[in-house]
Amino acid sequence: MSLIAKGILQGMAITAKNFIQSYYKKERLPTVQYPEEKSTVNQFTRNIPFLVYDGEDAIDGMRCTACKLCEKACPPQCIYIIKDTDENGKPIKRPEVFDIDSSVCMSCQLCVEVCPFESIRMDSEFELSNENRFEGLLINRDELLKSNEYYHEIHPIEAQDTDDRIAAKIAEAEAKKKAREEKARLAAEAKKADAVMKNAKVAAVTEALAAKAPAAEQIQESEAKTGVIKPEAAALGTTEKSATKAPPPEPVSKDDQASTPQTKESKAPGEDSEPKIF
Amino acid sequence: MNNFIDYKLIELGQWAVGLFNDYPVVQILVHLLLATLPLALAFMAAFGFSTWLERKGLARIQNRPGPNRVGIFGLLQPLADGIKMLLKEDIVPDRSDKLFHLLAPVMLMVPAFIAIGFLPLGDGLMSLPLDSAILFFFAVGSLNTIAVFMAGWSSRNKYSLLGGMRAVAQMISYEIPLVLSAVTVIMIAGSLSAQEIVASQQIESWLASGNLVKEFFGQILGWHIFKPWGFAGFIFFFVAALAEANRSPFDLPEADSEIIAGHLTEYSGFKYAIFFMAEYISAFAISGIAVTLFLGGWSGPVIAGLPWFIIKIFSLFAVMIWIRGTLPRLRVDQLMGYAWKFLLPLAILNIFVAGFYYFSEQQFGGLTTFIGGWIIGFAILQTAAKGLSRLNKSPTINGKRVYQLVE
Repeated sequence: MSLIAKGILQGMAITAKNFIQSYYKKERLPTVQYPEEKSTVNQFTRNIPFLVYDGEDAIDGMRCTACKLCEKACPPQCIYIIKDTDENGKPIKRPEVFDIDSSVCMSCQLCVEVCPFESIRMDSEFELSNENRFEGLLINRDELLKSNEYYHEIHPIEAQDTDDRIAAKIAEAEAKKKAREEKARLAAEAKKADAVMKNAKVAAVTEALAAKAPAAEQIQESEAKTGVIKPEAAALGTTEKSATKAPPPEPVSKDDQASTPQTKESKAPGEDSEPKIF
Repeated sequence: MNNFIDYKLIELGQWAVGLFNDYPVVQILVHLLLATLPLALAFMAAFGFSTWLERKGLARIQNRPGPNRVGIFGLLQPLADGIKMLLKEDIVPDRSDKLFHLLAPVMLMVPAFIAIGFLPLGDGLMSLPLDSAILFFFAVGSLNTIAVFMAGWSSRNKYSLLGGMRAVAQMISYEIPLVLSAVTVIMIAGSLSAQEIVASQQIESWLASGNLVKEFFGQILGWHIFKPWGFAGFIFFFVAALAEANRSPFDLPEADSEIIAGHLTEYSGFKYAIFFMAEYISAFAISGIAVTLFLGGWSGPVIAGLPWFIIKIFSLFAVMIWIRGTLPRLRVDQLMGYAWKFLLPLAILNIFVAGFYYFSEQQFGGLTTFIGGWIIGFAILQTAAKGLSRLNKSPTINGKRVYQLVE
């Protein structure tokens, strides 16, 4: 230490520089005056979940089908789902009630991981204060629904990945459908050729037996054919309305269904379970 | 042109007293009131303003804005703090010495307010124009020590007592360099009166000449800080003043980040506010005396008088805030070592340097003494400082450590 303490004076010079520069340099006064100014939040932060909808209308465009996988996966069990029904009481693939208790949610993101329809995602919204401790923190379906554009704003990389995945799934489904159609068409043609041959054989045999056997066997056969046809025709009718494939010609399809009832029945519910957008 | 503000204020006071010419008893009371009340109120306002200044200044040094919600730029923050302190519950420990617990803040505040009466605010503007004002100032300033000890003892808390003892030790050990560095000024000025000391810092011959430049510099260059003994004396006085006022880096008794607040532990609410106020006002009083002794009092270039005194006091307070924002706290043994083993020998040496400067001025005249005296005086003091710090260093341990008490 000397009379003029050089180290202390150097320190004082640094603090004076800090003082003066805090008036015009941003990095010398990094304080953000909340709530007038808000700093932007990293796009990988997560707080509570929200539901994504595509397009303009939230209720029509929502991706959630109320499969309840997130409800089962949630560790603190904060999600409560009731499936929606239409006017006749038939269930539709949409939640009527989708409540998340945000005071219970621990932001573990397990609901996001298990969702097969890319519909529940994590939001970065943290200003959730409410005067009511219980009802105020229970968020219902309409408040949870936010558009895909909002998702792109808050988490651009994640939203882009999700969109890419959805597009890939659609493309895969289309390819599978085309492959199936091809196969069906080929099978149909093969069966047709088979059936023609069989019919020819049957006609020949029946002609031969017509002299010996009564006509009641033919009636039984035709009744068996018509009995099998009806429920399958109804099932084929609904699937043909929802799916977008050209219906095969009527007589060939009925014969095919008569000869191969097992495969068609397994296909009908399979086609039925195709989701709407894929 | 010079000093006209002081003259106007004196005229105002005389007119106000003259209103009661027919009632001599009332006149005496009004005279007393006018001598004390404006000063007390002005310094309490200055205390409020200085808390705001301290918080904003420290905040900007620490890269943050400081209080800015209450009023524009946070200027009403002292008012908010005052209201909060008043509304707090006054907790007194059950088995404490209740009389002294109550009296300690009062005993700290009264000497602070007496001390500001000795300050020469302007030409003829003094509450207590005594012939031995400086002596009275130091005498009154020593009463702070008793008040701190009363606070530490009466709380009946062992940590309070320890903190109080440490504060008392700090205050009495820094009184000696404080007074010794003031002694040099008193010796050279030849008087204990504050007015005389301020007058001795104005170069009379230059002021009487009609030359504007000479008048300008005549007000400045006579200050004691421009002499080597005055420069060193100012440094010692300022450091000792920081320690007397318990300000950083000597604020071990009552620091913000100490878990136990020392002698202030058992005080809450209004009593704490009084302690706080007394500490700040005594800091103002001591910087006022530093201004008087070393920085020329109320003398200044264009308008001499009260404005310059106010500017100087607030500049010294700003330097105190600046030092608080820069330096870490001293440990109590480092603090005591600094006072007794460094400042005290240097202050005594400073007296000899002042004597040498004075007599060589008489022998060789002004300018030669200025140059030669600075060189020789500064060399003496610098060598002594370096030598003392070398002597005071604890021995560095090179090589293998030897433990004396281990077999």
